[in-house]
Amino acid sequence: MHNLTIAELVRGLQSKEFTSVELTQHFLDRIASLDPAYNAVITVTAEQALQAAAAADQRLAAGNAPDLCGVPILHKDIFCTEGVRTSCGSKMLDNFVPPYNATVVENFEQAGAVVLGKTNMDEFAMGSSNETSFYGPVKNPWATDSVPGGSSGGSAAAIAARLAPGATATDTGGSIRQPAALCGVSGIKPTYGRVSRWGMIAFASSLDQGGPMARTAEDCALLLNCMASYDDRDSTCIDREVPDYTANLNYSVKGLRIGVPKEYFSEGLHPGTEKAVRAALATLQEQGAELVEISLPNSALSVPAYYVIAPAEASANLSRFDGARYGYRCEDPKDLQDMYCRSRAEGFGEEVQRRILIGTYCLSAGYYDAYYGKAQQVRQLIQQDFVSAFENVDLIMGPTCPSPAFKFGAKGDDPVAMYLEDIYTIATNLAGLPGMSIPCGMVEDKPVGLQIIGNYFDEARILNAAHQFQQLSDWHTRAPEGIA
Amino acid sequence: MSIERSEIEKLATLSRIAINEETISEVSQRLGSVLELVDQLQAVNTDGVEAMSHPMQATQRLREDEVTELNRREALQAIAPETEDGLFLVPKVIE
Repeated sequence: MHNLTIAELVRGLQSKEFTSVELTQHFLDRIASLDPAYNAVITVTAEQALQAAAAADQRLAAGNAPDLCGVPILHKDIFCTEGVRTSCGSKMLDNFVPPYNATVVENFEQAGAVVLGKTNMDEFAMGSSNETSFYGPVKNPWATDSVPGGSSGGSAAAIAARLAPGATATDTGGSIRQPAALCGVSGIKPTYGRVSRWGMIAFASSLDQGGPMARTAEDCALLLNCMASYDDRDSTCIDREVPDYTANLNYSVKGLRIGVPKEYFSEGLHPGTEKAVRAALATLQEQGAELVEISLPNSALSVPAYYVIAPAEASANLSRFDGARYGYRCEDPKDLQDMYCRSRAEGFGEEVQRRILIGTYCLSAGYYDAYYGKAQQVRQLIQQDFVSAFENVDLIMGPTCPSPAFKFGAKGDDPVAMYLEDIYTIATNLAGLPGMSIPCGMVEDKPVGLQIIGNYFDEARILNAAHQFQQLSDWHTRAPEGIA
Repeated sequence: MSIERSEIEKLATLSRIAINEETISEVSQRLGSVLELVDQLQAVNTDGVEAMSHPMQATQRLREDEVTELNRREALQAIAPETEDGLFLVPKVIE
C-alpha cells in the first residue's frame, strides 16, 4: 500500500478496497521499523491517528466523504497541533504543546485526513540541510551519509522512504523545493498569501508560505486543494477563490512557452544536474512546448537581499520567545534580564542565534536604511525581472539547486556556503511567486530536481506541466534502495 | 570582515542573547562573513526604486471593532513555566 499514490489511495478508500485503519496501521508500522534509520519524524501520534482513521472509515461508509478522507499524512513540526507537541525543531519549544490548531491542520482535519505525526526540520526552518535540528539531522534515504535538504527535510525524507504518501511543509527561501529535489519527491510552494500562515510558527513573515509535498504532481494538487484557503486570521492571506488544482492536469503542454533563465545555468551548477534539467526541458519541447531563453538580470542579488530581509524579520518574530509564557526557561534566573538572555542562549541553536544577531544588526539604529531599506528596494528589482519575463512566457524552468545532496558537514563552518544552496529558489520567495520542484534525473545515484516557477496564482499551470512531465518520465516513481 | 567585540556585545544585549566570552571572536568572524555577503547590495543603484513589503502590494485589511478572541486563559497558562492567580510569574523586577 505504501507504493500507491494519494490519488490511488483515494480510489482504494472510496471503493472500500482497504480501510483507513488498515492503511494507517501500515504506515505507523513502517515509521516504527524504518524511521530510526532516517530520523524524519519527531513525534508519532499513533493513538490519535488510529482514532481519526476509525472515524474516517465511518465517514467513508456513509458515502460522500471528501477526497482526502482516511488518507494518512504527516505535518511539518512547524504547524501548531492542539494537544500535540510542536517543537519547530528547537529546544526552545521542546516542551510546547499548543492549545490550538493551525488553519492548515484544521483544513486537513475537516477533510478527514489522518495525521501520523510531526516531521523533523531545521530549527525554526533556518537551514538547508536539516543539520540545525535540535533532534538531530534527518538522513537522506537515497544516501544516508548525505543531507535531505532543508528546512522541510523530514517531510521530504519521509515521503521518499514511503513513511507517508504526503506531508505538509513550508518554504521561506527554498525549504519545500530544495529538500524535495534532494530526496526525489515533488513539492510546491504556492503564491504568497495562498495558504494561511495562522498557527504556522513564523520565521520571515513576508516570505513564509506553506505547501504540500508528495511523490507526484497530481498528489500535490489533491493536497493543495485542501491546504489552500482564505483565512481572515492571517492578515496577508489573499481573498481569492481556490480552484480545483486537479482540473487542468491533463491539458497538453503544446504551445506552452517555457522561459529558461540563463542565470540559472551559470558557474557553480553541477554538470550532471544541468544535463538532467536540459533533458527534462527537451522532453517537454518534444511534446510541443516552446523553450525561450530569458534573463533574470538581478538573480545574483537574491541571496544577499534574502540574508538581510529574512534575518531581520526573524529577529522580530523570535523576540516572542522570552521564557515567560511558554517554551524553554533557564534554571534559576537571577533577574528578568538573566532569564531572557540565558533562556534564549540555551534554547536557541547556533544558526538561529546567528540570524537573530544579523537581523538585529540590520535593523539597528543607523543601519536600517542601508540594509533593510536597501534590500526591500532590491527585492522590487528582482520582482520586476519576473514581471517582465512573464510578459513573454507562461512558466520558467531550471534547476532547483546547484548540485545533488551533499554529505553531512560538507558546508562546514561557513554559513555563506550553506546559504548559496538556495541560490535558485530564493528569488521566487522574494517575488512571492509560486514554485515547484519535481524529480527529473539522477546524478551520482542521487535525485535531481527540476524547478518550475509560475506567475502569481498560476499553481494549476505549474501542476499541469509537472503532471505532463511525469506522464513521460518515471523519476518520480523510483524508490531508494531497500525501500520499495 | 570582522565586527568589533563591543559591537557584538551590543547586539547580544539588544537581542537578549547571552554570549560566552570564549565564542565572541568566532561569532564575530561568522557574522562578518554574512555581512560581507549582504554588503553586495550596497553596489546596486536603487535610486527611485520603491521598497517592496508585500508581493501583491496588499494593504492591511481592516475589520469591525468586535471581540473575536475567546478567553482561553487557562489553556494558555497551562503551558507556561510558572503562573499564579492567572498571572505569569517571572523573576522579581523591582527590588
